[in-house]
Amino acid sequence: MSTLAANAPGVAGSGLEDVAASEASLRRFLHGLPGVDQVGLEARAATLGTRSIKTTAKAYAIDLAISMIDLTTLEGADTVGKVRALCTKGRTPDPTDPTTPRVAAICVYPDMVATAKAALRGTDIQVASVATAFPAGRAALPVKLADTADAVAAGADEIDMVIDRGAFLSGRYLDVYNEIVAVKEACRRPDGSYAHLKVIFETGELQTYDNVRRVSWLAMLAGADFIKTSTGKVAVNATPPVTLLMLEAVRDFRAATGVQVGVKPAGGIKTTKDAMKYLVMVNETLGDDWLSPHWFRFGASSLLNDLLMQRQKLTTGRYSGPDYVTVD
Amino acid sequence: MAKNTKKTEAPAAAPQAPAEPAGKPAGGLFGYAPAPESPAAAGDIASSYGHFIGGQFVDSSGSEALKTVNPATEQVLAEFARGTAEDVDRAVAAARAAFTDWSALPGSERAKYLFRIARIIQERSRELAVLESIDNGKPIRETRDVDLPLVAAHFFYYAGWADKLDFAGYGPNPKPLGVAGQVIPWNFPLLMLAWKIAPALATGNTVVLKPAETTPLTALRFAEICRQAGLPKGVVNIVTGDGSTGAALTAHPDVNKVAFTGSTPVGRAIAKQVAGTRKKLSLELGGKAANIVFDDAPIDQAVEGIVNGIFFNQGHVCCAGSRLLVQESVQDELLDALKRRMGTLRVGDPLDKNTDIGAINSAEQLARITALTDAGEAEGAERWSPACELPGTGFWFRPTLFTGVSQAHRIAQEEIFGPVLSVLTFRTPDEAVAKANNTPYGLSAGIWTEKGSRILWTASRLRAGVVWANTFNKFDPTSPFGGYKESGYGREGGRHGLEAYLDV
Repeated sequence: MSTLAANAPGVAGSGLEDVAASEASLRRFLHGLPGVDQVGLEARAATLGTRSIKTTAKAYAIDLAISMIDLTTLEGADTVGKVRALCTKGRTPDPTDPTTPRVAAICVYPDMVATAKAALRGTDIQVASVATAFPAGRAALPVKLADTADAVAAGADEIDMVIDRGAFLSGRYLDVYNEIVAVKEACRRPDGSYAHLKVIFETGELQTYDNVRRVSWLAMLAGADFIKTSTGKVAVNATPPVTLLMLEAVRDFRAATGVQVGVKPAGGIKTTKDAMKYLVMVNETLGDDWLSPHWFRFGASSLLNDLLMQRQKLTTGRYSGPDYVTVD
Repeated sequence: MAKNTKKTEAPAAAPQAPAEPAGKPAGGLFGYAPAPESPAAAGDIASSYGHFIGGQFVDSSGSEALKTVNPATEQVLAEFARGTAEDVDRAVAAARAAFTDWSALPGSERAKYLFRIARIIQERSRELAVLESIDNGKPIRETRDVDLPLVAAHFFYYAGWADKLDFAGYGPNPKPLGVAGQVIPWNFPLLMLAWKIAPALATGNTVVLKPAETTPLTALRFAEICRQAGLPKGVVNIVTGDGSTGAALTAHPDVNKVAFTGSTPVGRAIAKQVAGTRKKLSLELGGKAANIVFDDAPIDQAVEGIVNGIFFNQGHVCCAGSRLLVQESVQDELLDALKRRMGTLRVGDPLDKNTDIGAINSAEQLARITALTDAGEAEGAERWSPACELPGTGFWFRPTLFTGVSQAHRIAQEEIFGPVLSVLTFRTPDEAVAKANNTPYGLSAGIWTEKGSRILWTASRLRAGVVWANTFNKFDPTSPFGGYKESGYGREGGRHGLEAYLDV
């Protein structure tokens, strides 16, 4: 394991190369990050939530939000039919209006990757697969790596892995780090390219904001392409303050290393109004550089239809209703 | 080993951007379209106003009228009377006449009126917020989310005390003083009115209040609310005017209590005037608060606190955190973050719901801010402001930062009362405390550190009436507020605020 750890990927020349050289150095670094004041962070997120997004700005933000969605189905009851239907929805979110943008990706379990890939052929919609014994992550490392490699082999463009929250909460930061490095390696394709790696923290289980800042840096040091809040499978999923904190982390990480990392809040974002609040946070924390599906995603399923209803309202001036958007 | 993902490397094939991003104003991909609150929501503004005396709107005995303008447009909103000594005399007489019955009411009955006023304020909060924004220049986001909720909360809070005065710690059955003459400033017109009137009425006093000469409109609207609430005539009287009206009120021999919020020079003049009389006096005056950032502070939240401390309400805040004291070891990091954040502040139309910084309240105040900042540059401090366009008409000032400031600079000593922050540095906690206390003022201070013991160590050494830890400009009716030294004396808010209106 130490050979992996000795080489912090992604941070060459930033002075952070040796941070993960040992458990002690990694701990020192993570615990040396500035603290987070809970009241202040929540107040800032709430204030940004009061921005009033109207008319042309709303139209822009709705289309941007649609294009940032990882349209997701992660159920035990998923079938080929269900996944195909979701892919069709992703390609043509609103059949009545061809100017509607497509979603960024379809997010499924590994065994559905091939189905999704086939259904999306000819589009640039990505197929994202959860992996590493999602959502609990409670499996041995070889199982997690096999899970990942299987999804990549089936054609997944993106891998959404979960971290080992147990290891993180018991302070075994280097184990978490090494696991991310190993999963990243499992994302490697035969041609040498890599599936894009999103690292899910399950912030609802990590509980404190200090933990969220530390795990964000840990994952970015280990080579995450995206950091993601939640699986959507626990009581507390993405929240505005947690996401704001992760946006601050990617901002600071780029300033320190030159490496830009994306952010994906997931779970519980259901309405256009919610999505606007997140986009305002991106806009005022990170600006234009992150205002694209390359760098910001929504992990959501029901959000899309609310965005479509609001889009129809803006286009036609009338509210329609849930029967005027497709249920897939 | 995995290769790092550099900024240029996006997912293999990214989904297409929205076909034609609609509405893309300059200055970024996601510019916010105008989101103006309707000025009509302010309700009818009369072309001219008299005073509110004895439950009636009455004409002034004099003929002089003053004008109040919208500082964002320089348009005249209304004329209002310049109260004469005779007007003040009528108002004090009306308050005196009402005092006997009002003070004899059971506390629970007085509470009913205060609760009713609080509820009406909540019901009419949009109207009042818009009116305040138009008359004062402050952004609607703040009047809506800060001023009005606090105004209502103040009336609710003191309504609760009215029938519990026996338990306030001032002995059994504490008595009111009589007629309170109250003079308030223009920076929080309605909130300062609430701070003055709510405790006075709860304790059984009657009041004559003079609003500031640039912001009389919400006080006059409040007079309507008193009528709507069925408040007995003469319990609240509003006399508008300028400094001469205020002087007539505070000098009036039949006033038992003088309460003033405003500048230190005026406060000093009032103290002299009142000296030797039996009037009880409370003064809430200027400030030059230090906001101390230690190297173990939560940096992102400290930046928010600094911004909120000095740019809230255009910096027209007596307790504004106008001196930033930052530990030298984190100076660069903090200032970079602060400048980045200041670049996102939205300056402009106060009625736009996305505006962060509105208009300076008056040409006079703008001139004072300009003079002091010019002095800062002349004395060698380094000035910085983010790029931002200011509207063509109205009174505006860019959010401004001065670095390289020393204690000897005027901008480190004098109250600017505008969106101007002076940055000083320190090396040790002792030095921070010494510099923070090195001011004639002592109204507020802020401490930023993740270490609880350092908060307590610092707070116990700061000579300031309010010390905020890891926050700034947080107000609550349950918390006493007031100053040390030239920032005044007496406390407003909380149980302590009752004392100023009781004969104890």
